[in-house]
Amino acid sequence: MGWRRRIGGLLVALAVAVGGTTLPQTARAAHDTLTIGISQFPSNFNPLINSMVAKAYALGMVVRPFTTFDKDWKAVCMLCTELPTMENGKAVAETQPDGKPGVAITYTIRPDAKWGDGTPVTTDDVVFTWNVGKDPKSGVNNGEAFRRIRAIDVKDAQTFTLHVNKLTFDYNLINDFQVLPAHLEKKAFEDPAEYKNRSLYETDTTNPGLYYGPYRITQVERGQFIVFEPNPTWWGAKPHFQKVVIKAVEATPALEANLLSGGVDMIAGEVGFTLDAALAFETRKRPEWTVIYKPGLSFEQLSPNLDNPILADKRVRQALLYGLDRATLIQQVFQGKQIVADTMVNPLDWCYDANVKKYPYDPAKAAALLDEAGWKAGADGERLNAAGKPLAIELMTTAGNRNREVTELVVQQAWKRLGINVTLRNQPARTFFGETVLKHAFPDFAMFAWFSAPENVPREILYSDMVPTAANNFSGENSGGYRNPEMDKLLDAIEVELDKTKRGVLWKQFQELFAEDLPMLPITYRSDPFVLPTWLKGVEPTGHQYPTTLWIENWRAEE
Amino acid sequence: MSRRLVLRLIQAILVLFVLSFVVYGLIGLMPGDPIDMMAAGSPTMTAADVAQLKAVYGVGQPLLPRYLHWLRAALSGDLGFSRLTGLPVIRTLGPPLGHTLALMLTSLVVAQIFALPLGMIAALRERRPLDHGLNFVAFATMSLPTFWLALVLIMIFAVGLRWLPASGVETPGGGGLIDRIHHLVLPVAALAVASFGHYLRYMRAAMIGALRADWVRTARAKGASWTRVAIHHTLRNALVPVVTVLGLDFGTLFSGVVVTETVFGYPGMGKLIYDAVAGNDYNLAIAALMLATATTLVGSILADLAYAALDPRVRFA
Repeated sequence: MGWRRRIGGLLVALAVAVGGTTLPQTARAAHDTLTIGISQFPSNFNPLINSMVAKAYALGMVVRPFTTFDKDWKAVCMLCTELPTMENGKAVAETQPDGKPGVAITYTIRPDAKWGDGTPVTTDDVVFTWNVGKDPKSGVNNGEAFRRIRAIDVKDAQTFTLHVNKLTFDYNLINDFQVLPAHLEKKAFEDPAEYKNRSLYETDTTNPGLYYGPYRITQVERGQFIVFEPNPTWWGAKPHFQKVVIKAVEATPALEANLLSGGVDMIAGEVGFTLDAALAFETRKRPEWTVIYKPGLSFEQLSPNLDNPILADKRVRQALLYGLDRATLIQQVFQGKQIVADTMVNPLDWCYDANVKKYPYDPAKAAALLDEAGWKAGADGERLNAAGKPLAIELMTTAGNRNREVTELVVQQAWKRLGINVTLRNQPARTFFGETVLKHAFPDFAMFAWFSAPENVPREILYSDMVPTAANNFSGENSGGYRNPEMDKLLDAIEVELDKTKRGVLWKQFQELFAEDLPMLPITYRSDPFVLPTWLKGVEPTGHQYPTTLWIENWRAEE
Repeated sequence: MSRRLVLRLIQAILVLFVLSFVVYGLIGLMPGDPIDMMAAGSPTMTAADVAQLKAVYGVGQPLLPRYLHWLRAALSGDLGFSRLTGLPVIRTLGPPLGHTLALMLTSLVVAQIFALPLGMIAALRERRPLDHGLNFVAFATMSLPTFWLALVLIMIFAVGLRWLPASGVETPGGGGLIDRIHHLVLPVAALAVASFGHYLRYMRAAMIGALRADWVRTARAKGASWTRVAIHHTLRNALVPVVTVLGLDFGTLFSGVVVTETVFGYPGMGKLIYDAVAGNDYNLAIAALMLATATTLVGSILADLAYAALDPRVRFA
């Protein structure tokens, strides 16, 4: 009878699998361990070297930046005691030796901040970190942020003043200044060129002295998992979980299988399911998990090649946006889980202007604009110019990105209805970003996303001198080739305007200009899907690049 | 024979040299680099940062000087550091190599345990119902996409029945031999099923050929049973082509299971090579690919040696 029962079990399981539902998850007696599924394993662990979302997610549990943005996108202190401002006197405008305006900002490290081996976090660590960060040989990925610091004055073990060579509105944010333990890392930095290979974060990753967050890393199996256990020297609220495990499973179906089989408890929104995978998962109607869709700062857009005379005409760009029904696209393809983008400023950002010019679906207006631009509809509906040349557009994006490929098809159909012949040519991500986008080499449109920070000034993306060319060795990310002195002036002005009200006015002008010029056709703001067990409370998705794990001490299990 | 062996080894070393340059060059020809990809995902990185990082990692330098620099270091035993992990290449290669060896050798052995005897039985029952049945099973397993089979196995045994873990090499924080074996079962099953049909067909075909030889008819005429003829007279001959295939398959031990490793979240050599090539990690990619190439060459030499052992008529001359 045993074999019959087994075969019966197999058939039931297969039926259940095919049917999209599975046997109920066994209830767990106590949730003292939390296993998180992510789709990428961090390539390394040094906080300053090699930026990637998976690493930021993991390090969020073990280190804390001086400053960051919270879930409401407000700047907050984490390692410092108080956010320095002009108002509280801890930030003071100053003139640099070369006569240019700069700023002196004073921070105080939390007096109870200690590395996991009991050594206090001090200004020694700050100065050491600065030396590592600004050294061109160290391979730090955001070295410019450190090189902007002209000097550091140390007042005592906790208090220091940064002298920064430019006074910008976000002067007090040093989010990327992730402090390193001087007492452990100094030896590895003796040869700066070898630092990235000799750092203890890579050679002795479980050394407790490398971490000062609520957890510390106690086990790493590269490519597989990372185990975190509470850090006894943590200054804040005691974390609930006795053990947190991050498990990397790259294939989405396998990640889902891990969730359903109890291999992981939750899927991180920052680096887990793609949106389509989460929507498919929701169709299983599993009561044990909640799916939260957090709209974020990933801005999906169509970059036109503005050196192409057809697309250089802004009436054509406007027509194309009017001819695209983005609201229906979001509803039909993404089940309403994304938001329509109006400009590069996210509706969740304080500086968003709700009255900015919108482009609701209006095929009649699109047709009129195309007519005005000289592209008239022929007898068969095809748009032709005065010379009889048909309006044809090539659309490129990353091959294999299902969400983009579906969007691309919708765009193709929508523009075809306007009488435009749209062809698709997709490339692997590496070729697309590394060659086509980087070298400004797409003939018409490239579809991809920009990931920004709250109130991010898109200088690298829109400034005239940021157009990648052979002359500048393809540096700069203005891959559409947008050049507008008015925009340059606005970007310059926003960056240095400290008065929030005045800056708000400038941001409004920026959005007006963007919506009028359409240097790129905004499509959506992407949402990150968080799949959380119903018993897990306190996870608050941020929607920006600073992960939820920065507040992991607030996570708890509640039945 | 030893002279021939030495010649084969010299030939293998030359092939390795040529391939090292080809591999290095091919990686260099790929468009784009990981620094650009990193910049695209990092809103705070500036153009100056990108230029600085490219200089630090030597991205964009001419290929030949880079290759010669690598070759000099490699010949002195220094394979350098992996750009992706920041660890020495040897240290980065170690764990995936162990995982892949465990996975591939186990699946190879499991596949042979079933395929060779069943291939032999199919040959002995040629064109009879049992042969047709075994052929059907062989073709069915050959036609199954490994990716799909792996997912079905996961859905049944991990999600549905919860008998086995869905992915990984060991339980985080748990470990132990039994736990590792537990984690091996599904990927081994997927790979063994995928290769079982091929080996069964090779064995069947080789056995049928051997059974038609004159000495088999002679042995049968002398009154030897089919079983005795099959095991004592034809098996060694039939194994020669199977050994050839096994020798050539040796190289895929390290590089041919990317899909299985990805589905089962199994960090082995296939995935490592893919990531290293995709991430322009020259040092790691070239070391891993050289290892795969060397394994294929060694496999081919071992197959030659096995011929001689299996068939006394074959000699290195």
